[in-house]
Amino acid sequence: MIADLTETIIKILFIFSINVGFYSPILGWVERKQSALMQDRVGANRANILNFKIIGLFHPIADAVKVLTKEDFIPEGADKFFHTLAPFISLTPAIVTFAVIPFGGNYELWGHSVKLVIADLDVGMLFIFAFASLSTYGVVLGGWSSNNNWSLLGGLRASAQMLSYEVAMGLTLIGVFMVYGSLRLTDIGMIQENFFRWGIFMQPLGFILFLTCAIAENKRAPFDQPEAESELVAGYFTEYSSMKFVMFWMGEFLEIVTISGIVTTLFFGAWHLPFVTDQMLLSWFSPAGPNGAAILAMIVNVLVFFLKVSFFIWLLMTIRWTLPRFRYDQVMRLGWKMMLPLALLNIFITGIVLLVWK
Amino acid sequence: MNAYIAILIMLALAAATSIGILVATTIIGPKKKFPEKMEPFECGESQLVSPRLRFSIKFYLVALFFVIFDIEAVFLYPWAVLFKDLGLFGFVEMMIFIVVLAVGLIYVWKRGALEWE
Repeated sequence: MIADLTETIIKILFIFSINVGFYSPILGWVERKQSALMQDRVGANRANILNFKIIGLFHPIADAVKVLTKEDFIPEGADKFFHTLAPFISLTPAIVTFAVIPFGGNYELWGHSVKLVIADLDVGMLFIFAFASLSTYGVVLGGWSSNNNWSLLGGLRASAQMLSYEVAMGLTLIGVFMVYGSLRLTDIGMIQENFFRWGIFMQPLGFILFLTCAIAENKRAPFDQPEAESELVAGYFTEYSSMKFVMFWMGEFLEIVTISGIVTTLFFGAWHLPFVTDQMLLSWFSPAGPNGAAILAMIVNVLVFFLKVSFFIWLLMTIRWTLPRFRYDQVMRLGWKMMLPLALLNIFITGIVLLVWK
Repeated sequence: MNAYIAILIMLALAAATSIGILVATTIIGPKKKFPEKMEPFECGESQLVSPRLRFSIKFYLVALFFVIFDIEAVFLYPWAVLFKDLGLFGFVEMMIFIVVLAVGLIYVWKRGALEWE
């Protein structure tokens, strides 16, 4: 019991420090540097400590200090409670969602079985959908409570867009669960030990549909109508300043990390290298003794997982800075008239193929 | 160990982080209030109309469609997990269910409820 609790707390602290302590500040820098590279600019490079600049890597620290010392502003006529509640609802579920995503396999360490996932729920994906959809409340509350026309329009657009794409997103993954026969993400990861059973080969259409819906759910370009700068100033967070503004951004970045984690786990072999099984890894490291081999295999698997996650974060960033913004009627048309029928078609095709294959 | 306890710990940690940030940002930072600044932002103008107005019925329609089609998705989850055990019978049953809802989608589509001008 005590050993289990310690193990859980270590895993929680590990994921928390990776996501909140590493990914969410560094992604602010990555986004600025990536956009600068793609637009042939220099990008963030001014912050320095004793003239050391390290390609602008001090900017997250400088930003944190600057933002913390800014005034926390609530406009006249705004609902103070809901205005404060909105960033809370945006950030908290975004941190928790990662809990069911496995970042490694099972290992025997000194007779104690270690499973590298915080909570191995049998309803894993449903849990992710449930928590991810909570962020809609944050956006709508933020837009409504600010007593600002831009915010209200942004909040309305966001609510309709997120609801539309949530339907399609739920349906795009049905095919994956039909193939693997489980909602538990560790089971799905385990099956993908075999390279030819990776989700991308089983569900190519499902992957494209899911990625599109996930970007729309994340409200980033080309689906950033809720915060369209040139039309709505900043959309639903126009009236937010100081750390409350940053909390919306942290939530958004953590959602990107979670989306990349889901894509990696469901479609790209989770923590596995192609053609390398867990057993092979253990036998390669066997000179280090059974415990040493398990630890080395664990390190390799965790590294592989987070490298894949980082790759998909880069992909999402590239998409964000490549494509222009869709018009709102185009966004809604794509959601209801393309994504939803295609997702249903994907279920139908998957069913037929699975029945014939057997 | 129950997996939901781990989630509760994670939730407590996340909530504590969010509340900590909110408290910190309320305490740190200057507070200078004057009437012009406290107005909601409208590109330098005073607010012309209050945002507490009626808005387009389209948004309500989308919310209604969401309820209908998301329930459909929820029914599909247990079926998808058990798909291989249910076999052809389960497949045909579920396709009939999907076709019924697809007819609903086509009806909504043809009535123009999905058009945005």
